Amino acid sequence: MQAMRNSLHFHDFDWVLFGLALTIAGIGLLEIYSTTTQTALAGQFQKQVYWILLGCALTFIVSQVDYHMVLVHIPWLYLLSILALVAVLVVGPRLAGTHRWLQIGGFTLQVSEIVKLVIILAVAATFAKRRNRAFTWGELAKLGLLAGVPGILVAIEPDLGTALTFLPIVAVGAFLAGIRRRQIMVLGLIGLLALPAGWFLLRPYQRQRLEAFVHPGQNTQGSSYQVTQTKIAIGSGGLWGRGLGNGTQSQLGFIPVSHADAIFAAFAEERGFIGTLAVFLLYVILLLRLLEGAKTAADEAGSFLLIGFASVLFFQVAVNVGMMIGLFPITGIPLPLMSEGGSSMLFIFLGLGLVMSVKMQRFVN
Amino acid sequence: MQVRFPEDERFPSWKITFLEYCVAAVFIALLVGYWRLQIQQHNRLLEQAEHNRIRDLPIIAPRGRLLDRHGRVLVDNFPSFTILLNRDNALQVSDAHLEKIASALELDPADVRDMIRRTAKLPRYQPVVLKQAASLKDVAFIDSHQSEFPEIDIIQSQQRFYPKHGVGAAVLGYVGEVSQADLARPGSNYRPGDLIGKFGIEREYNSVLRGRDGMKRVVVNSRGQEVGTLGTVNALPGHDLRLTLDLNLQLTAEAAMGDKPGAVVALDPRTGEVLAMVSHPTFDPNDFTHHISVKTWRELTTNPLHPLMNKAIQAQLAPGSIFKIITGTAALESGTITPDFAVHCKGEVTIYGHTFHDWTYWVHRGGHGEVDLHRAIVVSCDVYFYTLGKMLGIQKIDYYADHMGLGRRTGIDLPDEDSGLMPSPGWVRKAFHRQWWPGETMSVAIGQGAVQVTPLQVAYMIGGIASGGKFDRPHLTFRHELEELGADPPKITEVSFPLHDTTVQAVTNGMWGVVNEAGGTGAGARCQGLNVAGKTGTAQVVSTGLHNSSRKAIYRNNAWFVGYSPSPNPDIAVAVLVMQGQHSSVAAPIAGDVIKAYYQEKGRNQTPAQLVSQMTSKAKPKATVPDP
Repeated sequence: MQAMRNSLHFHDFDWVLFGLALTIAGIGLLEIYSTTTQTALAGQFQKQVYWILLGCALTFIVSQVDYHMVLVHIPWLYLLSILALVAVLVVGPRLAGTHRWLQIGGFTLQVSEIVKLVIILAVAATFAKRRNRAFTWGELAKLGLLAGVPGILVAIEPDLGTALTFLPIVAVGAFLAGIRRRQIMVLGLIGLLALPAGWFLLRPYQRQRLEAFVHPGQNTQGSSYQVTQTKIAIGSGGLWGRGLGNGTQSQLGFIPVSHADAIFAAFAEERGFIGTLAVFLLYVILLLRLLEGAKTAADEAGSFLLIGFASVLFFQVAVNVGMMIGLFPITGIPLPLMSEGGSSMLFIFLGLGLVMSVKMQRFVN
Repeated sequence: MQVRFPEDERFPSWKITFLEYCVAAVFIALLVGYWRLQIQQHNRLLEQAEHNRIRDLPIIAPRGRLLDRHGRVLVDNFPSFTILLNRDNALQVSDAHLEKIASALELDPADVRDMIRRTAKLPRYQPVVLKQAASLKDVAFIDSHQSEFPEIDIIQSQQRFYPKHGVGAAVLGYVGEVSQADLARPGSNYRPGDLIGKFGIEREYNSVLRGRDGMKRVVVNSRGQEVGTLGTVNALPGHDLRLTLDLNLQLTAEAAMGDKPGAVVALDPRTGEVLAMVSHPTFDPNDFTHHISVKTWRELTTNPLHPLMNKAIQAQLAPGSIFKIITGTAALESGTITPDFAVHCKGEVTIYGHTFHDWTYWVHRGGHGEVDLHRAIVVSCDVYFYTLGKMLGIQKIDYYADHMGLGRRTGIDLPDEDSGLMPSPGWVRKAFHRQWWPGETMSVAIGQGAVQVTPLQVAYMIGGIASGGKFDRPHLTFRHELEELGADPPKITEVSFPLHDTTVQAVTNGMWGVVNEAGGTGAGARCQGLNVAGKTGTAQVVSTGLHNSSRKAIYRNNAWFVGYSPSPNPDIAVAVLVMQGQHSSVAAPIAGDVIKAYYQEKGRNQTPAQLVSQMTSKAKPKATVPDP
């Protein structure tokens, strides 16, 4: 067991990984600048800069903390998370018909973003306890509950998008723990049976989005408006893009939330396929570096911290970028590192801090 | 809390490698998706993006005004607003929106839906007209709901305005929304909702009056607000068109007709210029400028007196005794009689075994006594012209009637002129498959039977005879002005059918007597100090027996009067038709009023010296026949 170091040390700090993250965040910043300066949201750029600076500081601080220390306290952290999610529903301000935030001082914090990290830690902790043995039904149920309880709380905010981001954590967890074929089949069967019930649980706007996804050309002014417009934006970018600040779709307001969830449509319009390719490469390198790092982690818990974190990032990037071109239904999932939003940035940079902590522990044995 | 971290245990590395391949595969799939949009479908999507932000707003060209011969405005425009529907960023306007928009603008949603269907084939960036002449309420609604309904737009336009409302409505016509048929015509450059001349001068000279719309290409944001202009093509206004009509004369004629149904046509026989043209009852062309209300339309179309008909060129009725001028002219020209030829009228005459009655027979069971041609015209003796009819035969009457313009269109520059009808043996053979009855000739000789004329033909015919056989095609526009505008002027054809001086003198003196001599039937047209001549006509609608036994208005006789001045070689010829007027005495004063107004107007526009010479030269014709 490793105690916290007395002095800061950075000789094993993964500067490449950190640089990749900052590069993507910088590209996102430029796009936020481009889409918001001419609008009422002009302050968002500066806010985002502050969030990124705060994030960097948190990464450095957390990297100095032994992740085992955090794993030891995970039951308390988890309990605190559940309480915070309940508080969101009870005392959280109602914004745009949803309860997703907690008012802390002058900031509104989207608790579910931070909870993602807690769930990753909680699943990692289960690996700390288990010996290399068969994956039992009990363990499967425990994994399901770990993500399921906060998932349901987030889903009823309603924020189905963020709730869904908990899914890859347990899926990867189960995969790594050695889920058996029979267990997968049973889960699949339960999923199929739950499908009709799930339809009833969806809010009307969620159903519309699903319908729009299944029949994209049907209501281009209504429920399919968003994806129609983002596709036009992306396609009109062509190979080289229309130039920063020249994307007519994003500048004239045809893409809703072009600085937040839909930032990649604005980016692809203004930077073209070359820009798309570059950002994809950055994400792929970042994700592969996380996964490679998992191979050399000191233990399964540390390894899972990297893989779990990577799985959430991967899930969010793939779904966000995919829904812009109609590959997934529209859901409120931000693009990690690029979309405007403080809570999302906090999650990523705190996560990076844990990743650094794992990486810096790897030779200690 | 005791937690163990078993450091010797690792996930199998193949599992992590498997995850790495998953990441790579998904990103390759996403990249393919972006490749398809950004590279393969780039052109199409770029075009869609341009359509999203670019909107072509029409700049509606003002339609040319219509002026009278002195430049007074007959038809004008005034600024108004037109509401447009954009379909560019909406493949389909949502039904909920449509309902809301329609109800706010007081439109029928079914009409709007129909319009959207009709315009589905037009380029998407071209907006279509949703409502013309928007009210202030509509404008306020759109201003305050611009972001809620980005698909509606508002532009400035010109609304057609008829400041004199019903005055000359039948000749000026009206405009309305272009019809499906007009749109479908090859080479049509109309868009749905455009205005087009539908009737009268508005239709005849539509191409002159209509300008060419311009276009403003603007950049709009997603809420439909204009954020910039990319370019402008200015509108080309339509040409103003000066008509031969004289507003004063027109107003006089309208006022003289009052609410009597019928028509007035005033011509300058020297040129064929139409000075006034009235058709009553009239309508207000302003009602048509945009969607006419169902109620107004029903009232106009079910009115038995057909307000939407230009009776000056479309009422085909028996001319009655006016026709006697044709019969008399034919008899003199063909050498059948001389002006001295006299007949004793005892109120009836039996020809071919049938007894024909004079109109006096129904009044006092008597006749006119001994009448020559002059007297026969003055007192409108039926027996005299029955006799001439028998002497001439239908062929000769037809020949002269045809050459003096009856039974054919005059060719006036108005749409839908009717030709009237001149019955002939050939016509009854074709229409009824029978022989001509000799007795029919008698009816034709006094303008009854199947003879049908329009008021315009009557003015044209009498003006031509009084001018010695020079018939100028009636027209409403000035040829040289149309040529200057680059339009096709109507062919102005002068038909010459020279009549002998003696014929013209005899007939015009007779018509002078009608107005000015004792016992003359047209005394109502007499004007102090003016040389007015004319001829009355009372045309039976039904048989005399039915007419006398019934009081129904529709069975009443139509009253005619055609007057001209001076006699001969007139400056002005005026035909008046008063439908159901019963007696020609109601028609004669109307012609008198118009002629009087003509000289008053002329007097105002002339120097006193000109006026004096005119008064002396045209005071009175040399009377060859003494007053009885």
